[in-house]
Amino acid sequence: MTVVSATLRAGRGGRGERGRLGALGMAAAGVIVLAVVLAAVGPILTTADPNASDITHAYGAPAAGHPLGFDGQGRDLLSRLLTGARTSLLGPLWIVTLSMAAGIAVAITAAWVGGWLDSVVSAVLEVMFAFPGVLLAMLVAAVFGPGLNAAVLALAVAYIPYIARLVRSAALAERRKPYIQALEVQGASALSICVRHLVPNLLPIIAAQATLFFSYAMVDLAIVSFFGLGVQPPDADWGTMVGGGQSGVLQGYPAESLLAGGCIVVLVVAFNLLGERLSEGRPTSRPWPWRRTRAVGAA
Amino acid sequence: MVAYLIRRAIMLVATLLVSSFVVFAGLWAAPGNPLATLSGGRSLPPEAVAVLVERYRLDDPFFVQYANWVANAVRGDLGMSITLRQDVSDLIASRAGTTLSLIVYAALIVLVVGVAFGLLAALRPGFFDSMVVVGTAMVVAVPPFVAAIVLIGVFAVTLRWLPALGNGTGFWDGIRHLTLPAFALAASATAAVARVTRTSVREQMGREHVQTAVSRGIPYATVVRRHALRNAAVPIATLAGMTVASMIALSAVVERAFGLNGLGAYLVTSALSKDFSVVQGIALVLVTAFVLVNTLVDVGAAMLDPRIKLGGRS
Amino acid sequence: MSGILEISRLTVTLPTPDRPKPVLSDVSLSIAEGQAVGLVGESGSGKSMTARSIVRLLPPGARVEGAIRYQGTDVGGLRGAALRELRAGVPMIFQDPRAHINPVRTIGDFLTEALRIRGRVGRRQAEQRAVRVLGEVGIADGGRRLRQYPHELSGGLLQRVMIAATLLAEPKLLLADEPTTALDVTTQAEVMAVLDELRRERGLAMLFITHDLELAAAVCDRTAVMYAGRVMEVRASAALHDDPLHPYTAALTAARPSLERRADRLATIPGRPLSAFEAPDGCVFCERCPHVREGCRTRRPELRPMSDGEVACLRAEELQAASHG
Repeated sequence: MTVVSATLRAGRGGRGERGRLGALGMAAAGVIVLAVVLAAVGPILTTADPNASDITHAYGAPAAGHPLGFDGQGRDLLSRLLTGARTSLLGPLWIVTLSMAAGIAVAITAAWVGGWLDSVVSAVLEVMFAFPGVLLAMLVAAVFGPGLNAAVLALAVAYIPYIARLVRSAALAERRKPYIQALEVQGASALSICVRHLVPNLLPIIAAQATLFFSYAMVDLAIVSFFGLGVQPPDADWGTMVGGGQSGVLQGYPAESLLAGGCIVVLVVAFNLLGERLSEGRPTSRPWPWRRTRAVGAA
Repeated sequence: MVAYLIRRAIMLVATLLVSSFVVFAGLWAAPGNPLATLSGGRSLPPEAVAVLVERYRLDDPFFVQYANWVANAVRGDLGMSITLRQDVSDLIASRAGTTLSLIVYAALIVLVVGVAFGLLAALRPGFFDSMVVVGTAMVVAVPPFVAAIVLIGVFAVTLRWLPALGNGTGFWDGIRHLTLPAFALAASATAAVARVTRTSVREQMGREHVQTAVSRGIPYATVVRRHALRNAAVPIATLAGMTVASMIALSAVVERAFGLNGLGAYLVTSALSKDFSVVQGIALVLVTAFVLVNTLVDVGAAMLDPRIKLGGRS
Repeated sequence: MSGILEISRLTVTLPTPDRPKPVLSDVSLSIAEGQAVGLVGESGSGKSMTARSIVRLLPPGARVEGAIRYQGTDVGGLRGAALRELRAGVPMIFQDPRAHINPVRTIGDFLTEALRIRGRVGRRQAEQRAVRVLGEVGIADGGRRLRQYPHELSGGLLQRVMIAATLLAEPKLLLADEPTTALDVTTQAEVMAVLDELRRERGLAMLFITHDLELAAAVCDRTAVMYAGRVMEVRASAALHDDPLHPYTAALTAARPSLERRADRLATIPGRPLSAFEAPDGCVFCERCPHVREGCRTRRPELRPMSDGEVACLRAEELQAASHG
């Protein structure tokens, strides 16, 4: 996972990121690494075809070669969970990458140029907060048709203001520091200062925010897939599986929904915990304020 | 205070205008012509096409169309559903009650259960407190669709206490049918409000002004109510308000999961069946509600904390 | 003569993660009706803890030994309503009014709260009394002030409000915990004058905590000097200030800049102030005392009567003779 490795390298000075993470943070990182490895090598672990349906096995109990049993259409649950891990991790990765890239570019430009551009950007961001990501994703799905790409794009756009607001204020603070002003006096170009100095120095904040946002992106994308507006059948995805397994729940076969839901919850908690640890003492910006694992302070 | 309210009102109107523009512009952003989007790719008889062109003023320039659409929306005319051939506003009106009751029910759970657990945990360190801390840490991470599945599996399928699907008929049956959805929608927000209540009440109880109240011989329960809880109300109400606002979008999840006939579920159905006028109409209503609630939360926080009004000191 | 307040051999121990730590040991002090007693010492010497012990405003888990009698009743035995009765009758003026007055409630709420909740006085009547008392502490437009919030008032005004609130309780004994320390130097004198005047007019007894020996001398009849959780010396304020018996009091007096005395540099007390829990076996001041003898390090001096007051120093008579001889 590029996000995590970048973060782990971003440690500054004496106390490294390992000390900063603590036991719980390390455990969370471990869970994430495990999930990534499983998603990558999944096909080796199971011989069953995730899309091969055999209706005689519908809701079948675990059997030899099928350790988790079957879903309502008689497909192997383990192989569907493992394939689903790929979309469920890659989707949020795209959302975070796109929104981060756009948000950082907008924020740094606004902070650097200042003046009317900064005012306009701030105003636009303020308005963008008015659109909940899930709602935007539904609107986009109605316009462009359901699908993973449209959902990823919509959620990435909805996350931009949160990232831009955070990076803009951090960049403004950084810009006032003497070393940036010294570089300007030396005649370094704005682009080179931003790319070589400003962004690298904001990296700890950006990495912590990216990790936190991964958990939000995962839930929101799962919601869109749960609606049937994200990943399309027969492709496996955890959000789609929770929704698709619902009829099984009503008939007393909750395995598919519960396993997929459990995977989502475990990874969301892991990303959230890791993000909280990384962002300790650093500013963050979040779309769903209550989902944080540690409570906000009082007034 | 008046200046503050005016500023908020201007921001509110501006935000609503821009978001309505985004909702409307979807029509033009779509691949193919607007008529195809409105009809969802269906082939329509010429009379129906004529109705659409007239209603959406498709022959006029873009901004005229937008102005016309907003003006109609303000009057309550949100266009016509292409699948049901009915006015969108009627379709919305018949479903809004379910969504509203669901959100009000969930908001009550968040406030009553969240504050009660948080308060008890703050005032009773020890076993109960530890249980609340551990329990809320787990529940807070459960997304509404997972909560819905678990609640259906446990309370509807296994225990058979409450119905899993449908709206029910009559008031009490309606409440019975809304109970599991409301808890699924409220679960993580309740845990979060409990956590914030616990931390901020405990923090307030350690504050000097609470010590002053104790030193004046005010009874403990009164000190808790008039000073600790009153002062903790700002962060609690802010968080609770934000969670309620976000429920407006998330209500779709539980409505889908529990087969409730609400706005959110209808939005999903319409998006799936490409009934674009309905998607626009519901998206506009939900965004408006979201922005309104967020504004109310901000204004409410300012009313609760006299220090915010003047100059924004915190 | 038994006073309105009698503290005898008060010892307070606070729990800490590793071991219980004493913060007060063997503190004895009495206040007569209408008398003002100063309590002077460095930070951490136990002044505030002594005042808080009187109304039992101690951290949870604190262990209290010895006795505190207020108007003859042992405070240690009070619980529930009786304890609240005591607290209501012995109000405390805190050091930092900005922190000690609830920021989200109005001044009127703060002033009338105790009257309305405890005294069951109606809102209108309580507000009338509040406005009258505000007038007495020098706040003329009381009616307007009642509607204001603490952040709209200056520190000096807010401390007057705090004083007014204590007067509304119609007390016989007042606890004042460094009431002017957190204020601007310019308003300190005004607030102090208001407090001193109202106390004398009403004949209130007062326990006045300060780190300023001269201020204590100016407003108090008697002054007690504390060090490391113990009382070092208690005497009439003027005598204590002009003719200290305890070497610690003498050092405190010398450390104050004075207009009458020319000095190239201010005298300081060598070493750092100790807390009660790190005190040595003998006299708690022995390690910083210029007059220390072998006996001081092994025997802990008791507070004993001497000349017009009490002192806890083995060599007090010797030193007095030396300084007068």
